[in-house]
Amino acid sequence: MGLILPYREFSPGTQPNYLHSPYVSSLRRSPTKPLVHIPQTLSEITGPSWGAKDVVAGACDLTNRHSGSPIGPRIVVSGSVMDEDGRPLTNTLVEMWQANAAGRYLHRSDQNSAPLDPNFTGEGHTLTDSQGRYRFVTIRPGEYPWGNHHNAWRPAHIHFSLFGPAFATRLVTQMYFPGDPLLAFDPIFNCTADEEARNRLISRFDWETTLPRESLGYHFDIVLRGRNATPMEDADRHQE
Amino acid sequence: MKLRATTWQTVGPFFSIGMKHRYLADIAGTDSAGERIAVAGRVLDGDEAPISDAVLEIWQANTYGKYAHSEDAQDKPLDPAFLGHGRIPTQRDGAFAFTTIKPGSVDLPDGRPQAPHLVVGLMMRGLLRRLTTRIYFPGDPLNESDEILQRVEPARRKTLLLAPHVARTGRFLWDVHMQGESETVFFDF
Repeated sequence: MGLILPYREFSPGTQPNYLHSPYVSSLRRSPTKPLVHIPQTLSEITGPSWGAKDVVAGACDLTNRHSGSPIGPRIVVSGSVMDEDGRPLTNTLVEMWQANAAGRYLHRSDQNSAPLDPNFTGEGHTLTDSQGRYRFVTIRPGEYPWGNHHNAWRPAHIHFSLFGPAFATRLVTQMYFPGDPLLAFDPIFNCTADEEARNRLISRFDWETTLPRESLGYHFDIVLRGRNATPMEDADRHQE
Repeated sequence: MKLRATTWQTVGPFFSIGMKHRYLADIAGTDSAGERIAVAGRVLDGDEAPISDAVLEIWQANTYGKYAHSEDAQDKPLDPAFLGHGRIPTQRDGAFAFTTIKPGSVDLPDGRPQAPHLVVGLMMRGLLRRLTTRIYFPGDPLNESDEILQRVEPARRKTLLLAPHVARTGRFLWDVHMQGESETVFFDF
């Protein structure tokens, strides 16, 4: 069978370490032994394929899933999904979830005393189009307190989950909003050493997708691991 | 390379809101070919306390050792009933369980066989990016020569092996230890 064209390693500093002590939950949940480096095999460069059958039509609009409209400023969040060479990733599943405008999640573990919104679930998903683009209609999530340290507050954010073409390209991340004063104090946002990489988690305000009398637009591009130019078999043998 | 991959962030404690629509613990369904297996275990933190807000994602080949993916060019049959993907959250007691079929052996690029295995992605509150590991089958003759298992120091290989359930064939136990003496082997690739 053919050679393996592996996915690139992450650029140094652009991904969080597992242990980040300001984020208290990482202390007892991060591995203490080094990860074992392995060559990519078919198991890593393949992965689940998702298609139209896995997507509910209209699940990209979080504002019309109930009888009434959710409370909060309506926003459009859109962008492109691509690999590190800028190639669009078409037909790829994008999942997202978020708190409501008051900063409360529809989840039994959420201890925040802010109210639930009967018209807001906070879940969306979609497939990227033929140019790798996605678009969600939602409301701006609220900031919320959490128990990490004294007076800890999470900046407003939306969770994104993507598979891409392979097990190796899986990504779960969080999108933030420009100008949020809480970003500087958030141990989760700040867990990545590389400042430029960190700041790419902040969406930008977008007049292009802002709709008159309806919603503000935010733009958020997502980049998944790209591939090496040289096949794995040779590269890996030299390593040994 | 023009761009750099987006940075990971933790899934946080509320991921079920976005992920539960594609939860799947019955990976093989009723129509897939192959030997049925059931795997149950717990995810435990550095204090051996159960982790109730973790999610496992499984990816595996079918019974013939072929992945349902366009880049698998091995000359082996696809099983139309088998996609090979599972997503299983842990419960309040840190427990998870799933059923599937034992995968066949998947070839390396040079044609040598890998031992049958499942790949596992693990995410949870407190984990800033995914960890990946593999599940192997105890007693499989290919384990001895498996390229990936050989890279793991012998004393730690057992963390990747299913433990047969004492009473019932086809049922296995497999715990994930985030830290400690039995810390599970996690991979980087």
